[in-house]
Amino acid sequence: MGSRALINRKSHTMNQLPEHRLTHLKQLEAESIHIIREVAAEFDNPVMLYSIGKDSSVMLHLARKAFYPGKPPFPLLHVDTTWKFKEMIQFRDRMAEEAGMDLIVHINQEGVDMGIGPFSHGSAKHTDVMKTQSLKQALDKYQFDAAFGGARRDEEKSRAKERVFSFRDKHHRWDPKNQRPELWNTYNTRVDKGESIRVFPLSNWTELDIWQYIHLEQIPIVPLYFSAVRPVVERDGMLIMVDDERLPLADGEVPMMKPIRFRTLGCYPLTGAVESQADTLPEIIQEMLLTTTSERQGRAIDHDSAGSMEQKKMEGYF
Amino acid sequence: MSHQSDLIATDIDAYLDQHENKELLRFLTCGSVDDGKSTLIGRLLHDSKMIYEDQLAAIQNDSKKVGTTGEEVDLALLVDGLQAEREQGITIDVAYRYFSTSKRKFIIADTPGHEQYTRNMATGASTCDLAIILIDARHGVQVQTRRHSFIVSLLGIKHTLVAVNKMDLVDYSEGRFEEIKQDYLEFAKGLGLKDIHFAPISALKGDNVVNPSENMPWYTGESLMETLENVEIAGDANFDELRFPVQYVNRPNLNFRGYCGTLSSGVVRPGDEVTVLPSGKSSKVKSIVTFDGELAEAFAPMSVTLTLEDEIDISRGDILVHSHQVPESHNRFNAHLVWMSEQPLQAGRNYEIKLSTTRTPGRVSAIHHAIDVNTLQQSPTASLGLNEIAQVEIQLETPVVADDYKRHKGTGSFIIVDRLTNATVAAGMVIGQDADAGSIELHNTSALTTEARARRFGQQAALVSLSGADSTTADTLLYTLEQQLFAQGRMPIVLREGQLEQAESLKAAGLLLLTDVDTAAADLSIDLSSLSGTPAEQVQELLVKIRQADLI
Repeated sequence: MGSRALINRKSHTMNQLPEHRLTHLKQLEAESIHIIREVAAEFDNPVMLYSIGKDSSVMLHLARKAFYPGKPPFPLLHVDTTWKFKEMIQFRDRMAEEAGMDLIVHINQEGVDMGIGPFSHGSAKHTDVMKTQSLKQALDKYQFDAAFGGARRDEEKSRAKERVFSFRDKHHRWDPKNQRPELWNTYNTRVDKGESIRVFPLSNWTELDIWQYIHLEQIPIVPLYFSAVRPVVERDGMLIMVDDERLPLADGEVPMMKPIRFRTLGCYPLTGAVESQADTLPEIIQEMLLTTTSERQGRAIDHDSAGSMEQKKMEGYF
Repeated sequence: MSHQSDLIATDIDAYLDQHENKELLRFLTCGSVDDGKSTLIGRLLHDSKMIYEDQLAAIQNDSKKVGTTGEEVDLALLVDGLQAEREQGITIDVAYRYFSTSKRKFIIADTPGHEQYTRNMATGASTCDLAIILIDARHGVQVQTRRHSFIVSLLGIKHTLVAVNKMDLVDYSEGRFEEIKQDYLEFAKGLGLKDIHFAPISALKGDNVVNPSENMPWYTGESLMETLENVEIAGDANFDELRFPVQYVNRPNLNFRGYCGTLSSGVVRPGDEVTVLPSGKSSKVKSIVTFDGELAEAFAPMSVTLTLEDEIDISRGDILVHSHQVPESHNRFNAHLVWMSEQPLQAGRNYEIKLSTTRTPGRVSAIHHAIDVNTLQQSPTASLGLNEIAQVEIQLETPVVADDYKRHKGTGSFIIVDRLTNATVAAGMVIGQDADAGSIELHNTSALTTEARARRFGQQAALVSLSGADSTTADTLLYTLEQQLFAQGRMPIVLREGQLEQAESLKAAGLLLLTDVDTAAADLSIDLSSLSGTPAEQVQELLVKIRQADLI
């Protein structure tokens, strides 16, 4: 009774939320925690795919919140293509330790034996073998029946229709024409043996929400997101950081030292840097908001065609 | 991404502060292919500066190739989705879009409006605070307008915004707008929509979408965006009655036992007396635990962890309520059902019903009537197909707290899952028990018709004679068949020699009678000697014959 009276007395000052109202970030947080707990309660063997990027950092943070004061009751899985930035790997190990969670690192050994890499085989082949196939191998090996991923619906058109609980058949395939209807926050968690669900607790977050939340919650992220002077070379119009000696340099080519940072993180040869002075979160957010190109432009994988992400998803790419 | 604001460049901290305190509004756009729905969404994104330059360049490019708007940039191309749909030129699923203004963050559930997509619309509507109903100004209120409005009302969306679109094609006529507004209000009377707004717009030209229209000086109301930013949604949630479905029991060590969950209704504070359902045991809330520290209160829709003063047995699926407001649990309740599967409903068949955190075996024990989504007319039916809506009775194997959907969205809604295919086959909204209480209708003759009984049992009352076998075989076939029919949710009974005089009254009760007596009174006679195969195969064949005779 008392609560209703308070609601009716609420103020209308702009952006001063009345009592018993959540800000959009608190509401998104509550919804994500609900999703994460639902998986822990309903599945036998869930796993959290941890890509070390900013979205994964938020997802891990939410998982820790969901089970506080306990630890999240599932392991982290990193599919390592062996071409990630060194700082990402260091950060990954530190975060897993801090969260007190088991970390499974999976590398496609067949791919390594065949010498698959982005320079020798191109981005498409490299991504398919070392990421998509590798992920399937790991899911098969450990028999996970649910896997959290940090994808957001605002990232790309084909993701706009993705469910929060997205069914995958025995071959990890996504069938966009045969998705389960998803109503309210009531999720259908039933799968048969061998089948699985990909779960996206950040579905309704936007890029700005992610950054704002990292800022508010002081969530650690890989330092590569902040500007620093780093060695880079230009390849196909992208600034590529020279993270190790595997990057082929032309005769006499000397990497440039530039103040750069990254908007997304992946395999270093496939991830374009942006020239930037932004070395605080508000500056990063400011830069993002003033930028006029969409986020995924920094990734080589989407450049092929508008439908390419949809095709990759159907093949089992996250 | 977010809207453009001068603050971003001049004072990012102030901008972040503003953005941090925004409210979230989810809305649904209902319209058919030709109503300009995608164009409207594209316009909202475009005019609120939500489109990046590379995206705009891409659609300018595409507009020349596949656009349908001539000179104008085809904003609909911004929101087209998957490849298959792009090729067909229609959207076929629910797509979610995101944008924000200085006041609110918005999530759009973009759903197709055709009748064959009722399921998608219901899905999109389930999470929304507001619905935009698009009407083509040239055509006025159409069959599809009724359908959209009915689904909006059925899914309990609290606010409706009727956008009369394509005003540019009716010379921006005030008279035409007023006429459509009156037509809509007239027809919407019976739907129980509480808060209806109207706006005359042109999504293509941009009139009254975000910016006020210069072409309609006679219109002094809010633009569509202004309504989206200002509509009051604070009072929509139920803070009067606590519903805390226990989602997960957190026991990290012997000293801590917490109950994790999302408040679907109400407010809870430490010290509150709470009762656990279904056990009925009571305790006091000791603390509200979160990663960010203990809270003095929690309210819907927060996700928290509660600890109690007493050690009582609580597990997932239980629900915590205030001890002074304990609702009843039910294993039989009425509900509206939207059927979502290509496989029709089999009345009486066992499904899994997921209601908040409970998963309970149950069935649709009766279909009271189907509801035509276009005319709202009710008619009797024995089954439900894809996209059909009906009022039904649900029967569960164990009782649960099933609240009136209008009062408690979280504990008043459920999905039905096929236990064999694992598909989500239906969504349901509970019709509160209170609705009927105190209004018992009196009868002095039987109001139960043969049809009503037939619907309840999913069968026609009939006498089926299975003769021509020896008594051992007859025993096996009769009782196996009886068991099979019963397992399907039917009401069969076996009558042996000497019991047939009861046949008429048992038929009047709606039962399906099976006998091995060869009698002229039989509605269906089957010669058992005509069957072959194992007894199990023969029973299968009998089931087919009974179905072919339209008895089940």
